[in-house]
Amino acid sequence: QKLAAKQNSAYVVMDKPTAFKDATTYNNFYEFGTDKADPAHHAGTLKPRPWTIAIEGEVKKPMTLDLDALLKLAPLEERIYRLRCVEGWSMVIPWTGYSFAEIIKKAEPTGNAKFVEFTTLADKKQMPGLGSPVLEWPYVEGLRMDEANHPLTLLAVGMYGEVLPNQNGAPVRIVVPWKYGFKSAKSIVKIRFTREQPKTAWNVSAPQEYGFYSNVNPDVDHPRWSQATERRIGEDGFLARKRKTLMFNGYSDVASLYTGMDLKKFF
Amino acid sequence: MFNPTARQLQLFKVIVFIAALIPLGRLVLFGFTDRLGANPIEFITRSTGDWTLYFIAITLAVTPLRRLSGWNWVLRLRRMIGLFAFFYATLHFMTFLWFDHFFDLAEMWKDVLKRPFITVGFTAFVLLIPLAATSTNGMLRRLGGKRWQALHRLVYLIAGLGILHFWWMKAGKNDFAQPILLGSIIGVLLLLRVYWKVTQPKGRKVPARPAAS
Repeated sequence: QKLAAKQNSAYVVMDKPTAFKDATTYNNFYEFGTDKADPAHHAGTLKPRPWTIAIEGEVKKPMTLDLDALLKLAPLEERIYRLRCVEGWSMVIPWTGYSFAEIIKKAEPTGNAKFVEFTTLADKKQMPGLGSPVLEWPYVEGLRMDEANHPLTLLAVGMYGEVLPNQNGAPVRIVVPWKYGFKSAKSIVKIRFTREQPKTAWNVSAPQEYGFYSNVNPDVDHPRWSQATERRIGEDGFLARKRKTLMFNGYSDVASLYTGMDLKKFF
Repeated sequence: MFNPTARQLQLFKVIVFIAALIPLGRLVLFGFTDRLGANPIEFITRSTGDWTLYFIAITLAVTPLRRLSGWNWVLRLRRMIGLFAFFYATLHFMTFLWFDHFFDLAEMWKDVLKRPFITVGFTAFVLLIPLAATSTNGMLRRLGGKRWQALHRLVYLIAGLGILHFWWMKAGKNDFAQPILLGSIIGVLLLLRVYWKVTQPKGRKVPARPAAS
């Protein structure tokens, strides 16, 4: 199903977009199984319509939006982002959506709102992976308020000019291109503005391995592997060297969000 | 009790040899038909690692199988199966050295020393080398049965390290189903040996029977 959007030339990377097939068959979406081929096989049971998102917490205007209201909230644009997975591989994906800042504007957070928490659907009928205790369900992710407000933070409803495939987080997800992929919560049903730092799924599961910030950082290794390089899916030849990972995944203008912070400590 | 003729045994060996090459054949076939998925290197690394552990488990199953069934001849297949464990371990290590580090030995060492998960896997691989190197009849004679057997008991340690390596690979994702299953199988195979050792009447030893062919 096509999705009309104008390309935003401010957010384009020169790298060749990853093949649609690779981007839709190699996924981490544990609600549908832990193998990377699982989501493509099992996500057919997800029903992306009808869908509502609850916006709540420290906001002046709590609301529940259905998908049509969400699609009309701001003009859709296409942006091509690099995606770097914490596992050491990367893709380049044309997303469709708009800045998450539009939602913030609409919800009018109070002065108490310091963080935003994203909650993924957790419905056993639609998501066979929820039976396994790999993570605590529902999947929760979060951003600091200024990160959420950064124009790069995208509320995505489509990719490759079409509505999001189920395995990629239909019908609505977040995309935070300077952070490892798992920070970009999929199939979101709830957006909460909070005072406290959200208890995010991977951080709860393995705090020594996955920090709250999880910015792409070639200088801070994962305890079990180096983050200095990455393998670009499909593009780098079979025999090619891995490419160097860029600080903030190459999105250097977010650096000002972290001035004065020790990024080795707040990894 | 079933006891194959020399010809039948030869046939079994050929069958096991061909069967043991199927995992490699599958990788090659998948490679040529574009079925290794979006991340072929990861697929190859995982597959060769899995098969190394499977072959180690099969090697460890030979002695229990022989004792429980009385089929002494299965011992004649063990060397080949053990060498296939080494073969897949070598492929696994080469994928790591080639595709993860592009033969940059200094980089590889950093990884080996810094990351317990890799240290353990690397150690297991290095320990396999003397076992493969002394797998010939000539080496067995030179070492003498006792010393040879003592050396080859290293495989118990190697199996443990292999499972630990697999466990850590899955750790942090809390996805332990496979390491638990494989670890339990190997654990049972090792515990059987302990049980027999303990319950075996003194003075009556089951003779070490190195394969003669």
